[in-house]
Amino acid sequence: MATQAQNRLTPFKIVSYALVITWLIIAAFPFLWTFWGSFKVQGDFFSKADWTNALYGVFTTRETGGPFTGNGYFGAWVQESFWRNVLNTMVIVFFTVIISLTFGTLGGYALARSGFRYAFWILMAALIFRAMPHITLVSGYMLPFFEWNIWGLKGTAIIVLVAINQPFTLWMLHSFFKNIPKDMDESAMVDGCTRFQAFRHVIVPVMWPGVITTGLFSFLLAYNDYAVTSMLLSKPNETMVPAVASFLGSVQVQGNIMFAVAAVVSATAPLFVLILFFQRQIVSGLTAGAVKG
Amino acid sequence: MKHRTFFWFILPTLSAMILFIALPIVSVFIQSLFVEHEQVLVVSESCGPFGCNQTTSIDAEATAALREEKPLGRFNGLSTYFDRSHLASAEVAEIWSESTGLASFVNGLMDLKFYRALIFTLTYTFTVTPAVLILGLAIAVGVNNLPRAFRGVAIFISLLPFLVATVVGSMILSWMLDGEGIIGATLQNIFNDPSLTIKSSTPLMWIALIVYGIWHTLPFSFITFYAGLQTVSKDTLEAAQIDGANKWQSMIHVVVPHLMPLVSFVTLMLLMDNFRVFEPIVSFNAEAHAQSLSIFIWSDLREAGNPLYASAGATSILTIIGVAILLTPVLIRTWRDFNAKSH
Repeated sequence: MATQAQNRLTPFKIVSYALVITWLIIAAFPFLWTFWGSFKVQGDFFSKADWTNALYGVFTTRETGGPFTGNGYFGAWVQESFWRNVLNTMVIVFFTVIISLTFGTLGGYALARSGFRYAFWILMAALIFRAMPHITLVSGYMLPFFEWNIWGLKGTAIIVLVAINQPFTLWMLHSFFKNIPKDMDESAMVDGCTRFQAFRHVIVPVMWPGVITTGLFSFLLAYNDYAVTSMLLSKPNETMVPAVASFLGSVQVQGNIMFAVAAVVSATAPLFVLILFFQRQIVSGLTAGAVKG
Repeated sequence: MKHRTFFWFILPTLSAMILFIALPIVSVFIQSLFVEHEQVLVVSESCGPFGCNQTTSIDAEATAALREEKPLGRFNGLSTYFDRSHLASAEVAEIWSESTGLASFVNGLMDLKFYRALIFTLTYTFTVTPAVLILGLAIAVGVNNLPRAFRGVAIFISLLPFLVATVVGSMILSWMLDGEGIIGATLQNIFNDPSLTIKSSTPLMWIALIVYGIWHTLPFSFITFYAGLQTVSKDTLEAAQIDGANKWQSMIHVVVPHLMPLVSFVTLMLLMDNFRVFEPIVSFNAEAHAQSLSIFIWSDLREAGNPLYASAGATSILTIIGVAILLTPVLIRTWRDFNAKSH
């Protein structure tokens, strides 16, 4: 029950409101600005003389006849075939998520149910692996992959992303399985199931919330990765993020920076939708490892 | 669970981690012990009417054959670790003997590639981490005070900077901070100095990168602390209020101690992630002003045509040692907790 005293506007509250509002503006403004600007021409997006040009699209009207233009998007998607990178991203992200979840569920379940000391050591090793900067691992892949002639393939990138994903997936699913009571699968085993049958028929039906949350983070890791995808994929197999980065170099020369802006907006839009639908799961996943200690 | 069943369950994930995380570390170490082949030189003598000329030329074929045969290069031991572009033991000793004080010593170190990268990485890690912890806590308290209906919206907006790809997010910010972008141009107008751009000034570039780091990771600490605030016991808070504590006092003496375990978790995650700062430097095009350890490795690997595996390997091993040093306190604590539980 909120009492009169708690509803009063104290200086403490005013300061904290001001802080939150400032943060929200700082958090949202760059995205709104870039989204709005992606429908303008370069002269408006980088409007040194008068920043309101970017709002009204003075140069855009002069150059294209209307205050909004889709030229950036046309240039990126058609001229620079960004659609190919989008398809690559879909393939790579899909398989990475599916394989990491399969491996992670089996491993996480085993770790949650085993009381032996080596289970603890595996978790510790996973924590250390989680801390490895990805670029140091990449420098270990390059030479062998070149030697074996598997550099640049989508499959290679997928399996590497799965492996890099495992420590995190394992920790997260391990803590989810810990919360499923032991009695469930153990009573199934008393009834004559093997361990795998108990897992298949008792645990699998109840594990989906945890798996979906973990899957979201695997998705984000694969989708946002730059270190692995920029170093291990050949040009035609490149995903969106390294494509955007290399775009920047190539289109800046031609003065078509708006292509890169449009590509950036296109790459961010799916994340926006993802947060819209899965906000609760993402928040619970972020805090799953933490709040329970 | 029986050992046998455990083995089959853990097999896929464990083999993935061993093959693609543990072995690459070994492979990096081995690479760092070797160094690229020198080019095979042939000396040919051509004699003309005015005497003989010796010309030295590169035997491209033999060089390629040698590279093909031994892709690792020739054995070099630990020398790569101590050469000029890594630990630079000789140069450091010289700077030490010549320097007149700490400031001049650090200045001297900044001329060495590895130390420049290390100093930036550490500066970044140890400014972003505390800033994110404090601001995250403050915003979490603020959002917690909001009416319930607004909290969801606040979290939705906050998640965006955190979940957007680092490359993409930093690119967005770099466009705005550009001399012709909205923030950059506004700053130039305010200070009335048209040469004021992050591209032309090292301190400004460092500040821009650090600001980006805070913007990007703040949501993580904010959301974790916000979730922690939901579990603060109402009774304890009320008791503190009855005892006469004001908001600020109950914040310091009740809420913060309750969140302490979370603080150590968030600190650990932030240290790990900030230490490998990499993508913002690529997007900001900041390599001239700021090099991190990851960037150092990355640019060695991208050396056109002939990646410097040895140099990248040595830097990678040194980076891993750095990570290990950062993690040791946490690992020791976890180990103690585990032992305390099992006895």
